[in-house]
Amino acid sequence: MIEIHNLTKNFGMKPVLRGVNLTVERGEFVALMGPNGAGKTTLLRIVASLTRPTLGRVRVNSFDLPAHADSVRRVLGVVSHHTLLYGDLTAEENLRFYGQLYSVENLSKRIDDVLNQVGLSKRRHDLVRSFSRGMAQRLSIGRAVLHSPDVMLFDEPHTGLDQEASAMLDKLLKSVAAQGRSVLMISHDLPRSLQLADRVTILSHGKIAYDSPTKNLSLADFAKTYNELAQ
Amino acid sequence: MKSYLQAILAIAHKDLAAEIRSRELVSAMLVFSLLVVLIFNFALDLDKSARENVAAGVLWVTFTFAGTLGLNRTFAAEKDRGSLDGLLLAPVDRTAIYFGKLISTLVFMLLVEAVVLPVFTVLYGISLFNILLFGVILLGTFGYGGVGTLLACMAAQTRTRDVMLPILLFPVTVPVMLGAVRASTGILANAEWGEILTWINILVVYDVIFVAVAVMVFDYLIEE
Repeated sequence: MIEIHNLTKNFGMKPVLRGVNLTVERGEFVALMGPNGAGKTTLLRIVASLTRPTLGRVRVNSFDLPAHADSVRRVLGVVSHHTLLYGDLTAEENLRFYGQLYSVENLSKRIDDVLNQVGLSKRRHDLVRSFSRGMAQRLSIGRAVLHSPDVMLFDEPHTGLDQEASAMLDKLLKSVAAQGRSVLMISHDLPRSLQLADRVTILSHGKIAYDSPTKNLSLADFAKTYNELAQ
Repeated sequence: MKSYLQAILAIAHKDLAAEIRSRELVSAMLVFSLLVVLIFNFALDLDKSARENVAAGVLWVTFTFAGTLGLNRTFAAEKDRGSLDGLLLAPVDRTAIYFGKLISTLVFMLLVEAVVLPVFTVLYGISLFNILLFGVILLGTFGYGGVGTLLACMAAQTRTRDVMLPILLFPVTVPVMLGAVRASTGILANAEWGEILTWINILVVYDVIFVAVAVMVFDYLIEE
């Protein structure tokens, strides 16, 4: 579960987030949308413990940030548009490396399971630099779920993927969310967010300007609201 | 403690495995250091006694220049491909990243030094195969790599990271260079043990202090 209360972040004198309040319940999939520069990635980086907040309270699974950053990192899986993978290592070596950093038990078995889950078992001994963008992104999701985190953060995971790879990634995202995890995903893709998420929120000028369940929300209404708020 | 050591070894192993595949860093360091040795050999067209006097200086200039090349990529490569976040997201003490990177840097530097030493011996006509000299090289390399890894992390956060590292590193490593050159010169000239020991002590103290400083400040340096 993610709880964000009155979160403010300034870079120097420039405010990026101005009192953001947002909660992602256990098992809930929330899509965070907004124009470029709205502060989405900054918000995600703060929840991921990579950036310190200026003011406000952020809790992940009841652990406060930044005070209990180590405990938060243990329950967090992050997928960004950077895959965080090493091109000169094989798929299996990449997972083994991250598994050792997270002290994953029965690592070899867990690597087998994860490679099966992301459909890359046959490519386990191939160098990641030989992978297509779609395959690397699937492996990146495998890396992020390797330590069985309760909370998943996705920062524009569909960036640079073609239709087929995006559809495959959607399937994977659904299966990740279906396992009872709290998911917060940044996206610019309105139809896809409506299809995947339980709730959509719009961040505009550093504040949550819109928050609605996706059930009974039509794409046309949402697109209209988004365009109004994004200006 | 087990997971801490496991993380250190995992990071070092990952860097070494990637380097074995790509052979980018060590080969560049090696070619560069051999060129430096060659250039000095031709530039300083000296007689035998003069060569003995400058040999240690040339050797350490070669090691430090090659080391800087390697150090420059230690964190910059992670930053450039975005994988530094992957390390920072791991639930391990940040100093594990420092020690993992330090180990891989030391392995790269020592590998290059192991090739340079025999070449240097042939070109300069001075035998460098001396256990005591090897000890000084280990201490000097450890000190230079220890400070360098810390400052490489700092430089990687800046836009001018390629030029920033030498500017930060060379002034801070003056004591380790002084100690290493003087101790090496003493060993090559068969100087009094007491004279050599003074410089070895300086190297040991420098190594201990700067690794301690690194442990204390690395957490702050690596965060945004």
